[in-house]
Amino acid sequence: MFRILTQRVLGQSLLQQGIRPGAVASASRCFASAAKDLTVREALNSALNEEMSADPRVLLMGEEVGEYQGAYKITKGLLDKYGPDRVLDTPITEAGFTGIAVGAAYHGLRPVVEFMTFNFAMQAIDHIINSAAKTYYMSAGQISVPIVFRGPNGAAAGVGAQHSQCYASWYASCPGLKVLAPYSSEDARGLLKAAIRDPDPVVFLENELLYGEAFPVSAEVLDSNFALPIGKAKIEREGKDVTITAFSKMVGFALKAAEILDKEGISAEVINLRSIRPLDRAAINASVRKTNRLVTVEEGFPQHGVGAEICTSVVEESFGYLDAPVERIAGADVPMPYAANLERLALPQVEDIVRAAKRACYRSVPMAAAV
Amino acid sequence: MALSHLSSTRSNRLLRPLAAAASSLCRPISTSTEPLVIETSIPFTPHKCEPPSRSVETNPQELLTFFRDMATMRRMEIAADSLYKAKLIRGFCHLYDGQEAVCVGMEASINKKDCIITAYRDHCTFLGRGGTLLEIFSELMGRQGGCSKGKGGSMHFYKKESGFYGGHGIVGAQVPLGCGLAFAQKYNKDENVTFALYGDGAANQGQLFEALNISALWDLPIILVCENNHYGMGTAEWRAAKSPSYYKRGDYVPGLKVDGMDVLAVKQACKFAKEHVLKNGPIILEMDTYRYHGHSMSDPGSTYRTRDEISGVRQERDPIERVRKLVLGHDLATEKELKDIEKEIRKEVDEAIAKAKESPMPEPSELFTNVYVKGFGTESFGADRKELRATLP
Repeated sequence: MFRILTQRVLGQSLLQQGIRPGAVASASRCFASAAKDLTVREALNSALNEEMSADPRVLLMGEEVGEYQGAYKITKGLLDKYGPDRVLDTPITEAGFTGIAVGAAYHGLRPVVEFMTFNFAMQAIDHIINSAAKTYYMSAGQISVPIVFRGPNGAAAGVGAQHSQCYASWYASCPGLKVLAPYSSEDARGLLKAAIRDPDPVVFLENELLYGEAFPVSAEVLDSNFALPIGKAKIEREGKDVTITAFSKMVGFALKAAEILDKEGISAEVINLRSIRPLDRAAINASVRKTNRLVTVEEGFPQHGVGAEICTSVVEESFGYLDAPVERIAGADVPMPYAANLERLALPQVEDIVRAAKRACYRSVPMAAAV
Repeated sequence: MALSHLSSTRSNRLLRPLAAAASSLCRPISTSTEPLVIETSIPFTPHKCEPPSRSVETNPQELLTFFRDMATMRRMEIAADSLYKAKLIRGFCHLYDGQEAVCVGMEASINKKDCIITAYRDHCTFLGRGGTLLEIFSELMGRQGGCSKGKGGSMHFYKKESGFYGGHGIVGAQVPLGCGLAFAQKYNKDENVTFALYGDGAANQGQLFEALNISALWDLPIILVCENNHYGMGTAEWRAAKSPSYYKRGDYVPGLKVDGMDVLAVKQACKFAKEHVLKNGPIILEMDTYRYHGHSMSDPGSTYRTRDEISGVRQERDPIERVRKLVLGHDLATEKELKDIEKEIRKEVDEAIAKAKESPMPEPSELFTNVYVKGFGTESFGADRKELRATLP
């Protein structure tokens, strides 16, 4: 009998989570009842540990990943366990070490490159796009690039304009790349394991503020065979009045918004995208065809953002089902300010999501005047 | 450390009023500009150039100014540490205590038309360029009175009118930018130079070598200053650089290795460098320095170096203590007078912090200012574009 998983908000069956066929046999055992609390940090660390243990071609490269135990302690203990040949501290030279990692991937190794934040990955973006993403295509299938680029993405707390950008839409626009964005510990474990096992280049967008958050996970998630499918979103909360899409930290905000909306009689369906590229258009459209209303939520800049792509997908495939214009909540269209009050205005808050959902349901007052 | 005098302080004392000479407590601190020649702690180590002399010309007034300026910077950074722990400063905070001699010595040899650009460890560099304690603390706390009106934060201080171009968060980026400032100076036929400061961590960045190559080809008046504090965040220089002789890394570009804890050596090296680049193109200065704090306030700074090492540097090489010894040794002030200066500084810093705390947070409309110089009347949006929007000027 499949164990019913207790989620933070709503129960979900394992089948809905899309467990891999290989894991089905192990999932059919009866597990002990209590879910265990796992932080996102522990989830990532254990995923790296298990994948390095399973495949000697997997190695870690990045600044402070070894002796310092990781700038955010994600790689803690791994240098001691796997040694300096497989956990490599690099100088502060992203273009150089990313190029080296991609070259190693060309020749059959499976590097996991850590960027201290994705802001610094801009120094290496030529290698991510031109050397990693496009090579399988350009070589007509000769050279695959089984590499993972991971690290914190998006805003943290008070780190200013050069340290707060969300790169999801930039990377997700590029064919040849896969782009993942975990929210919960289960996402972090399952998606990182899948990313490392995947034969293509994967950009894995974490969030610094989520590292310390604990989520209950089942024994199934803790199993070393566990992995989540790439390209599949998760319905975090079922609803029937409005669909809210989100990824990473915004999933938590969307869930809080859904609770508030519930008290006001609006039943919101929250979709945790998990995968930005490939985008689970089927799940998003199925949801919108059910609810007829859509709010997209993201932390990044609005123009040409993830929400813009989701909106177009729905307009293309489910136009007749829309009962209201698509609402878009995103980061403010300005570089990230440092002052706490301005930073708060620059990022989506729960009340922004609630307000947009009500507008989509024609339950709000007319728009506020311009500043 | 060898000391030599061009003019005897004894003769100065003979010229003072008898009453003052009667009690050393009544003797005023020397504000004399009589030249004094002092030797640097160690000689300069050159790469493809003739090093400047170890004998540095200074005077009592300058030495006391060095003392005051460095002590102010030291106190300011320690106060910032407390403010960060009290959560009044958010995000990143990279402190410079230990490295004060570099920016103070540099300022003594240049003017405000010369440009300085550095990375994120910029509080003291900004102060040296004419910034005020109030602007600094206000910016750190994200208030309107801040030098970037609260919008930049610790890593993004600027003062264009006195040639300070920031304040940069991405390691290494400031070096090509600095070469660009030098390009403009040469283009405008300014007779001024740019100092681009970077750390031993940034010294391995490719963009540095690209910009240096171009600067050497085009004879730009750029001085690359490697503030080698021996650690790039948690990674010691020998683990990050095959060759940690940063003053030699320019290869075809000459260099000089300098004791960065000796403010007089820094002054001499920067004076030499300015003269050099105006005639001969780029030069690299490597300042051997040390930071007492960790990389940032999130880094204890003790997991990758021993406490003995840190306290050893403090005892043997502290830049402020070196100047204190010089001042006392040359009888330019008494111990009490120097301590009084430090008390004054403490009061100044405390007052600036108190005033900064009164500065209000930025107005919400500031979210949308300074996106463009010329916005063409386009709109910008808040998180909910139908709730918060603004027209850009």
